[in-house]
Amino acid sequence: MNKIVQTDPDQVEGVGPLYAAPKKVYPQSVFGTFRRIKWGLMAFCLGVYYLLPFVRWNRGLGAPDQAVLIDLPNSRFYFFFIELWPQEVYYFTGLLIIAALTLFLMNSVGGRIWCGYLCPQTVWTDLFYAVERLIEGDRRERMRKAASADPLKLERISEIVLKHSIWLLLAWWTGGAWVLYFTDAPTLVKELVTFQAPAIAYIWIAILTATTYLLAGFMREQVCVYMCPWPRIQAALTDEWALNVTYRYDRGEKRMSVKKANELRALCLPAGDCVDCYQCVATCPTGIDIRNGPQIDCIQCGLCIDACDNVMKKIGRPTRLIGYDNDINIQRRMAGKPPIYGIVRPRTIIYIALIALVGGIMLYALLTRSLLDINVLHDRNPVAVKLSDGSIRNAYTVRFLNKRGFDRVVTIDVDGPQDAVLHVVGDDSTTPDRPMVVLGRDGTTELRVLVTAPSEKNSKRSIPIKFRITDIGLGEVASAIDNFVLP
Amino acid sequence: MAESELDKVSGKTTTGHQWDGIKELNTPLPRWWLITFYATILWAIGYWVVYPAWPLLWSHTTGALNYSTRAAVAVELANLEKIRGDKMIALGAASLADIEKDPALLALARARGKAAFGDNCAPCHGSGGAGAKGYPNLNDDDWLWGGSLDQIVQTIQFGARSGHTKTHEGAMLAFGKDGILKRDEIGTVANYVRSLSGLSTRQGYDVIAGAKIFVENCTSCHGEAGKGNQELGAPNLTDKIWLYGSDEATLIETITNGRAGVMPTWVGRLDPSTIKALAVYVHTLGGGK
Repeated sequence: MNKIVQTDPDQVEGVGPLYAAPKKVYPQSVFGTFRRIKWGLMAFCLGVYYLLPFVRWNRGLGAPDQAVLIDLPNSRFYFFFIELWPQEVYYFTGLLIIAALTLFLMNSVGGRIWCGYLCPQTVWTDLFYAVERLIEGDRRERMRKAASADPLKLERISEIVLKHSIWLLLAWWTGGAWVLYFTDAPTLVKELVTFQAPAIAYIWIAILTATTYLLAGFMREQVCVYMCPWPRIQAALTDEWALNVTYRYDRGEKRMSVKKANELRALCLPAGDCVDCYQCVATCPTGIDIRNGPQIDCIQCGLCIDACDNVMKKIGRPTRLIGYDNDINIQRRMAGKPPIYGIVRPRTIIYIALIALVGGIMLYALLTRSLLDINVLHDRNPVAVKLSDGSIRNAYTVRFLNKRGFDRVVTIDVDGPQDAVLHVVGDDSTTPDRPMVVLGRDGTTELRVLVTAPSEKNSKRSIPIKFRITDIGLGEVASAIDNFVLP
Repeated sequence: MAESELDKVSGKTTTGHQWDGIKELNTPLPRWWLITFYATILWAIGYWVVYPAWPLLWSHTTGALNYSTRAAVAVELANLEKIRGDKMIALGAASLADIEKDPALLALARARGKAAFGDNCAPCHGSGGAGAKGYPNLNDDDWLWGGSLDQIVQTIQFGARSGHTKTHEGAMLAFGKDGILKRDEIGTVANYVRSLSGLSTRQGYDVIAGAKIFVENCTSCHGEAGKGNQELGAPNLTDKIWLYGSDEATLIETITNGRAGVMPTWVGRLDPSTIKALAVYVHTLGGGK
């Protein structure tokens, strides 16, 4: 496993270079299974990202009809049939746990397939490479143009301008789609076009345009190698069963020319399949040589597999000299045993079980969550008040939550102190012991509630009290427990 | 320093550093990383220049922009007042009864009133209006000068015995100190007053004498049945609430020396809409009539 020694002109005698200039990577286009999968996933991911804000979802009058909406001014999050309130952000905790576990699961099955196929950095970089290839040509042409001594011909300049214009357009569209998730998309598009949109929208579009242009156009593999923590974490999560993009050195070595290999095979002597054509290196978007074994720079996109397969087909050798494989199989093949792929093993089963568990809990919580709720806060100062007739009164701040999209009327009852009478401040119109309150749709209502009870019938120092609200239309009930305190 | 050399396995040069025979490979930082690092240093220098940054002995550097957090807070507070403007005007225009009927105005008045209460009233009445000995509890339903919204506004505006021309007048006479009643008469009438609200009386006390003293001396203010008179600020003696205490010794002290608690006038010190908000807040504490 020899690596080509890099010599750096900036190398200081005795110490070495102070910094490393980024190695320019010119990935070559490739055709094959994994390339097709990547195109498909790219189309899917970008399609979802760009079009999702325009999907409509009818929630009734007065509610937003955007399927996915992060409504910051009103502190609501809408996702199709789900509407989340600020106090329900723990659902996002659940989602993050599921996301992390899914990443672990993907890793235990197929290594860094997230990096290679789904990571936004990969998807956008791949898209930008496609544009570059379309305009400036494939690897050899781009390398020739970069090395050319007279690069400033009109044709070359127009190529560069065109490339960067399309990049900026893609980046701008990326930033533009982002802001559409935060307010009604069609309205915002209109406002953006007529320059009526709020400044913050333009600022965010500018930020995301700049970062997309910079990260996908210039930083590229540097993000994966130097900025992203996932390669380091992934190295700690992987095991001997995980399928990683692997050069099967047991089959490939020793490298030799096709002719030499054929001669040896004719004599029934062992010969390696690798012909040292460097196609795997040429296609690699991070510019590494997969034949050097697993390394932190490898994003496992599988493009080297396609490149190698194409060569193997040409020289009439079996494909998948480079393929998704694990350490165990290399050892087994060298020992003459058939390969095994332990995708179903305790590790993956545990991950799937945990994902199912967390998902199940979330789903249960979501389906059984109350759309009517009540929170009670006991007045602390004073805790209890003695009235002129000797009875005792406690005051509570009661917050009602109506998560439904229409107004409704609830009655309030209390259980606890004997002969307790309820009074809602600012509401004298209804029967005093069972007041009715109108709750506005999709919002909270805070009221001050006074509970009075005769002291001679309630001798205990502290009596548990239960506030119960009943929706008189739907019959929904919610309750909260507090204490009624005697002075 | 040891010589840098080429490591044959990795193909990299070493830094020349060596610990227990282990040599350190030279893995230089990417150039963009260093540029970013230097850019942050430049940014920090710019920050020093633009914003106040350096603490000096008695002051600090003020920065090129003359920015200060205190000024920023002042601007934000002014903006807040501007935002509140319309709502406060609506509050000032609405009648007291209407405020209590309108949930939005009620919430505003309560919030505004609570803040003003904490600033101005809490020293005497307590932060929750619970009062103390001699300072009325505003949460209960017993009112010396009346618990309707208008009466509360009146009391807040002009106070009690505050010296303002429109203030609530009327003080409890010092029956003992001024020689109107003798010591044993005071003890007798104190027991009578306790009996009015159902409290126990001293053994052997003369009920008829107590009632006689009460009728002769107290009914002009507290009424024949002892139910008090809000015009004069005379407390109801038949209920369970006692501003100064209901035990015999306290009652004797009250009758002997009289009582004349003072509440200051607020009319020139708080603006009308704040007084309105305060009245609504106090009214909704629970005792408002």
